[in-house]
Parts: sequence; structure tokens; C-alpha cells
Amino acid sequence: MTWDKLLPLLWEGTLDTLYMTFWSSLIAYVIGLPLGVLLVVTRKDGIMPSPTFNAVLGVVINFLRSIPFIIMLAVLFPVTRAVIGTAIGTKSIVFPLIISAFPYIARMVESSLDEVDHGIIEAAQSMGSTNWQIIYKVLLPEAVPSLVNGAAICVTTILGYTAMASAAGGGGLGSIAIVKGLNVRKFDIMYSASLLLVALVQIITVFGGRITRRLDHKHR
Amino acid sequence: MVTENTCPQIQLKNLCKVYQIPGGEVHALQNINLSIEKGDIYGIIGMSGAGKSTLIRCLNRLDTPTDGQVLIDGQNVLAMKKKELLQTRRRMAMIFQQFNLQMQKSVARNVRYPLEIAGVPKKEADARVMELLKIVGLEEKAKAYPAQLSGGQKQRVAIARALAGDPEMLLCDEATSALDPMTTQSILALLQKINQEMGITVVLITHEMAVIRQICNKVAILDGGKLAEEGSVDDVFMHTKSAAGRRLFGILPDQEEVPPQPAIRIVFDGSAAGQPIISKLVKELGMDVNILSADVRQLNGKSFGQMMIARPEDPSDVKRVMEYLRAAGMTVEEVHV
Repeated sequence: MTWDKLLPLLWEGTLDTLYMTFWSSLIAYVIGLPLGVLLVVTRKDGIMPSPTFNAVLGVVINFLRSIPFIIMLAVLFPVTRAVIGTAIGTKSIVFPLIISAFPYIARMVESSLDEVDHGIIEAAQSMGSTNWQIIYKVLLPEAVPSLVNGAAICVTTILGYTAMASAAGGGGLGSIAIVKGLNVRKFDIMYSASLLLVALVQIITVFGGRITRRLDHKHR
Repeated sequence: MVTENTCPQIQLKNLCKVYQIPGGEVHALQNINLSIEKGDIYGIIGMSGAGKSTLIRCLNRLDTPTDGQVLIDGQNVLAMKKKELLQTRRRMAMIFQQFNLQMQKSVARNVRYPLEIAGVPKKEADARVMELLKIVGLEEKAKAYPAQLSGGQKQRVAIARALAGDPEMLLCDEATSALDPMTTQSILALLQKINQEMGITVVLITHEMAVIRQICNKVAILDGGKLAEEGSVDDVFMHTKSAAGRRLFGILPDQEEVPPQPAIRIVFDGSAAGQPIISKLVKELGMDVNILSADVRQLNGKSFGQMMIARPEDPSDVKRVMEYLRAAGMTVEEVHV
């Protein structure tokens, strides 16, 4: 295939991939971040202890997290159709992506918040902070560098999931590599689309690391 | 509110704390009763594991006692609803051994925190922050981050933060234990200044008697979760009764297995410390004196201290020495006889 045909194809694929990754990451974070906070604060030694709630939430999250994305995609077909209007195409992939990603994000957020020194929380309590103030003025700000680092990992993972979009007739670089490359023995398309995916992951990882280091005031 | 003027600022009644551990319970605090008056610098001292950290954390309910009462101006902290508890906590700030500053926020933001949660307007809060940093001598570090500061500077920031909410009481949980002796001195001086100039009651826990003797007016000695002794620092030092107190004052050796040497303990009460008392004793009684240890220092503007001398073999010599020293106005006692 010539460059003037390949480039627009890859460009369109990149946009589709970024579209799916961006929206599913964003919405999955809107759900996963508060759940991650809940996982930490409702623990037995947390600021709002509620061991039963914590255990139930943990089980639900583990359950969702253990379902492979490709299975989730199929299982959610009817739900996706009900929510998005269709279960086929780039846009509809976002829904199962969110469902697969938010439990993963919740655990990632939990582990970031875990790194915050308990003494700092205690100091905030001793100053008469409400639990809400501790969460948004202490816990989250203290964890920001780690949260950003975790976000880079989550986003690259979601980016990887988007490569399976072809299974539901979605677009993106992964779909191009499989449908327009591998399946029709056009290896130049397969390789160039795959390389672009690798490049995207690299860019996100490198920038994520850089931002993390810039934001972190603890280690310098 | 009727009792406001008559009750102590902080009062503990039969305070107990039991921890459940696998295979049993630990009695961290047993029936602690004590009163802290407004303006006190009240020291709580004990060896590690004596329960002092648990005790101070019960005052603002960071730890919940199993039994008893914590009364702040007569109000029981343990019976308080959430909102009332938060208000009370704002009246009793706390500083910690590990400083517990927010590492991702600048010094100024750290100090501003109590003002932020109290809803003080930003402009007013910022002005107050600079005032506070000036008090602790760190105004040029406002934009720095805690990781860039030394231990002593971090504790100063923590003190400024504690003062930001205009507290009436300051709880110090081993506040100088992570600091070197020089820095400890400067932090203690700062605490004393805060107590004297702002009238803030200071409650501090420590394992170092030097800290108590330097700035406290009252002391409580904890031993194995029990209150061993309590009173004014002068009194407790001059007439130490409990074994824990005697160990902490160096009257008994630190380790129990070391057999103590029979000795005479001479306490300098502030009036006679200037006299060359031992030299006079040697000359006038014509006997040799073997000094085992001596520790005399300034305390609340007076010279206080103690000296341990070896007890003479002959009981009549012991009597002569004791009588001579008593006549000179010293408090003396035979120890390890």
C-alpha cells in the first residue's frame, strides 16, 4: 500500500484509538476514583471504618476485575445496546471499556492513597478536620504524584484494551492491524498500526513519569 | 458553664485503655486520674511502653479509652458528638515526633491548613500564616517544601500549624524525640515562649527527664500503664517516691540487674547550690567524699540538682554527713541501703 493511502488510514485509526481511550479513561476515573477512596477510608483502620461495606465493595471490584475484557465485551452486548443504542462500532466500545477499567482504577487509586503516611491523616484529625476535608485536602493532594503515575498505567492498559475493539466492529489502530492487516495478509498495515500503538503507549508512559516527578515534592 | 472557673482545663478520671491482642489483652492505661490547669506546662514521662503516647492521644480522642472520662473544661470528650468533638479538637492542637507535615504542600500551605478548614478568608489566612512563621522564625521558608527542611525546622512548621487555629492547649507527642540535643533545646525554648506569651497550656510526653526539668512545672510519671507519681516538678524531684521516678531521675540505675551502690543523695533546692558545700564538708568533718554522680542545673530560674556520694562505711560517719548537710539546708536521703 502506498503512503498516501496508508497515512490517512493510520491517522483515522489513531483518532479512533485516542477517542476510545480518552472517554473510557475519563468516565472510568469518575467512577473508579471515588471507589478507590471508599476502599481506603472504610477500612477497619480508616477514617470512616465500615468493614462490611469495605468487604462487599472489595468482592464486587475483584469480581469485575477478573473478567477478561474480551469476555466482558461479549457479556455486556445487550447492556451496551440498551445504554449506547448500539453494541457495534467505535462509540459503543467505550461502555464495556469503562466497566472493565473502573475496578482496575479503583484498586490503583487505593494503592496510591495507601502510600500516604498515616501520621499525616492523624495530624489532620487532631486539627479537627471533617472526614471530607481529610479526603480532599489531605489524602488526595498527598497522593497526587502517585495518582498521576497510576493514571499513566491505567490509560496505557485501557489503550491496550481498545485493540480488541474489532471484536465488536469498532475501529482504532488495533482493529486496523487485525482486520485490515493480519486478516488480509497486509503485513505492512499490521506492523505500522502496531508500531503506532507501541509509540502511543511509550508517549503516555514517558509523559506520565515526567509529570509525576515534577509534581512530587517529597523526594527532593 | 457554671463550673468553668472551678474545674481544671484538662481532667482525667479513672482513664483506662485495654487493647485486645491475639491471646489476651494489654492494659495500656489503668485508672489514670490527673488534672492539668490552664497555663501549665505539664510533662508526662515514662519508659517506652508505659502508656504515655496512648494517654495523650486519649485527650483529643485520637485513641478511644475503654473506660473513664476525659474532661476538657468540664466537658466529657468521650461523650461528645462528632461536631462538638471537632470543635474541641480545634482548641487543642497537637504536634508529633514525626512532624506529620503534608509533604506535597509548601510550608505556607501547611500552616494555612487549620485556617482553611475553619473557613478563614484566603487573604486574612495568608497574613496570619506569615505572622505564625515569624513567631517560629521561618518566614523565609514559606515557599519551601517540608522535604527541604531539617528536623528542627519541620517541627517549627508543625508548631506554627498547630498555633494557626488559635488553640488553648498544645499537645506534644514526643515532639523532641527525633531531634538532636541542640535542636531539642531550641524547640523547648519555643514551647516555653508559646506558653508564657500566649498563655497556651502545654501537655508534653517524653522519655527524657531533662525535658521535664527544663520546661515543665508539673509532672506525671507513668509506669506500666499506671500513674506512679504526680505533682509539681520541684516536689517530685526533691521527694521522689516511686521506683519509676527514681529510675528516671538516675537515683536508681537504668537497668535493674545492676546492683546499686549504697549512697547518699543530696538534693539542691535552689538556695544552696552556690555554696561549695562538698568542699566545706570535707574540710569541716575531715573525711573523704567519693562523688558518684552530680547533676545540677537551672530550673525555673533556680539552681536545682542532685548529687550522689558514696555512703561512708562507718554508720556514725553516715550520721555526721547527713546531719551536716541537713544543717546546711539540703534535702538528703540514704539510698540503696
